[in-house]
Amino acid sequence: MSSRERILGRVRRALADVTPDERPYAEAVPRDYLREHGARTTEQTVELLAGNLADYRAIVHRSDAEELPYLVMRLLNQHGSQEVLVPPGLPPEWMSAADPVRIHDRAVSTAQRLDQVDSVVTGCAVAIAETGTIVLDGSPDQGRRRISLIPDHHICVVRVPDQVVSSVPQALERLDPARPLTWISGPSATSDIELDRVEGVHGPRTLEVVLLS
Amino acid sequence: MSGTFVGMPAFPKAAHDALGNATLRGNLRHATHTIRAKRARAVAELDDWAALREAGRRIKDHTLRHLDRYLVQLEESVTAAGGTVHWAADADEANRIVAELVKATGESEVVKVKSMATQEIGLNEALLEEGIHAYETDLAELIVQLGEDRPSHILVPAIHRNRREIRDIFRSQMGEWGRPAPEDLTDAPAELAEAARLHLREKFLRARVGISGANFMVAETGTLVVVESEGNGRMCLTLPETLISVVGIEKIVPTWRDLEVFLQTLPRSSTAERMNPYTSMWTGTTDGDGPRTFHLVLLDNGRTDTLADQVGRQALRCIRCSACLNVCPVYERAGGHAYGSVYPGPIGAILSPQLRGTASEIDASLPYASSLCGACYEVCPVAIDIPEVLVHLRERVVEGGPAVRQGNKVMLRPAKGHAAERAAMRAARWAFTRPAALRSGQRLASRTRRLHPRTLPGPGRAWSGTRDLPAVPAEPFRDWWQRTRGGKDGTK
Repeated sequence: MSSRERILGRVRRALADVTPDERPYAEAVPRDYLREHGARTTEQTVELLAGNLADYRAIVHRSDAEELPYLVMRLLNQHGSQEVLVPPGLPPEWMSAADPVRIHDRAVSTAQRLDQVDSVVTGCAVAIAETGTIVLDGSPDQGRRRISLIPDHHICVVRVPDQVVSSVPQALERLDPARPLTWISGPSATSDIELDRVEGVHGPRTLEVVLLS
Repeated sequence: MSGTFVGMPAFPKAAHDALGNATLRGNLRHATHTIRAKRARAVAELDDWAALREAGRRIKDHTLRHLDRYLVQLEESVTAAGGTVHWAADADEANRIVAELVKATGESEVVKVKSMATQEIGLNEALLEEGIHAYETDLAELIVQLGEDRPSHILVPAIHRNRREIRDIFRSQMGEWGRPAPEDLTDAPAELAEAARLHLREKFLRARVGISGANFMVAETGTLVVVESEGNGRMCLTLPETLISVVGIEKIVPTWRDLEVFLQTLPRSSTAERMNPYTSMWTGTTDGDGPRTFHLVLLDNGRTDTLADQVGRQALRCIRCSACLNVCPVYERAGGHAYGSVYPGPIGAILSPQLRGTASEIDASLPYASSLCGACYEVCPVAIDIPEVLVHLRERVVEGGPAVRQGNKVMLRPAKGHAAERAAMRAARWAFTRPAALRSGQRLASRTRRLHPRTLPGPGRAWSGTRDLPAVPAEPFRDWWQRTRGGKDGTK
């Protein structure tokens, strides 16, 4: 007997008390929790996102389309970046004023090569106000998962208010589980030393979020 | 479970030794009190916490009650998404599968994301026997691995270490494993985190095989979820060419939507954050992004035995948040090592004796490692009634009875150590049903009370070793009542 059959057999014997007419899944789980917490205007939701991002030590900026290239330029210069990774589908105008050398993430690039790059600029799929979270889904303006991981400085542009939702349930509705997803809430951190939060371990130690309206 | 814990003394002995360690008690008190207040604040932010907790409980219960169906569905969806599913009935089989998968890649080292399942099966030790080095990359796991120590907490395995001890371990051990710690390393947490970053970076960048567990597996989509903080998880899940995930069969949720409950309750319960820094979700493999090969090893190792117990099966709802450890007065004082398992604290006290059975001294003692205060049940985000299961398991230890081990029905024998207790109870029943004998006995006890020993002799010694014997009054209550008519005549 294969282990698959053995385990499934054990499960079925263990569940001998479960009758076949039990309530189906849709009725078994009450969904009376909230779809979002509190009532807010769109502008207030964006404010909440900014506040919660900052609370977990992300650096939040606001910009419009015209100003954005100069803001990106300034942020890269402040970080002293020589090279910046750009995903294939990043709107070219975002980088039009930037000085550092643009590095394109190609499949053949090694992790060691990407480790020499100072910064990365990406878009995002959705941002969650209540938790201060941005979610990347590997779309062309976000690139492979590794490019937002290896460089020490991540600039993420969120289109507000279109890409902003209030809550975790609303975010999951918008996301496609077939895509590789990375949820990011502030820079890399750990609570492993005396259960106290310290920022800056393996992921980008500086996370800058630009709210683009 | 892991061979590391074989031959552990029973909980009372281990806890007694741990209580003598003032540093340990100081470290635990500091850490658990810090997180308690923060968790309470994070939970209070959500007005619908009770509804989320109930939904989480029902999702998990429903899944467990139809686990065979959801396992088959998960296997189909993971396979359709490009993954390969393996089934492991016990720890040995899981270790063998993983070792063979690693060997097939030709690699002799792997990077690991913190995972309770791989701790439980002792994967690192098993791989080492096959010549494969497994590097733990979670900061706390790294501290444990470098210090040749054992984990003492589900979320923060090195919670028993303070910053000075961590600095000393890094200074003396990092060089043995790879890049040494900086010469001038201090005990500032930020510097310790930086040292770990530098030490592990080279390992991440060259790793070809990653090993993980998972917090959730979605049956309908085949999606796996890993919740973490540091980014070591992302490194292990995305940079290697081969990813092997070892996951307990109880980690399934039926639908994508179910994650909306647990992604709200888990971070707030474990690290007291609105959301943990990083959550990775992947479904099979993705062309041009991340590992090209993905293996999922579904682990039983005592879970189906636990499922067979209608009271005890609720322990399988556990999402490993560790809130119950952080509020437990027993855990706070005894520390995690005394529980003799990778699952310490209240949840460990009900999980270990069910996964491993109650045959060993340590497992038979774990259901007693509690004052039944109920704080663990209060904070549990999936409402596991830990006190109820503790009492149920105590009954099983004392009375014996039917249980399931490795899929087979067995009849457990009553515990031997409780003969004295049973004799005492029989004597009490005899006395309480004979008023005259009870009265004579009470009078005799009152008259001889100055002669009573402070501890019991013989088999009673263990009982009075941790308790004061009740003081016998100068006059039995019933005599006093008859003499004074219940104190009505004013005399005392």
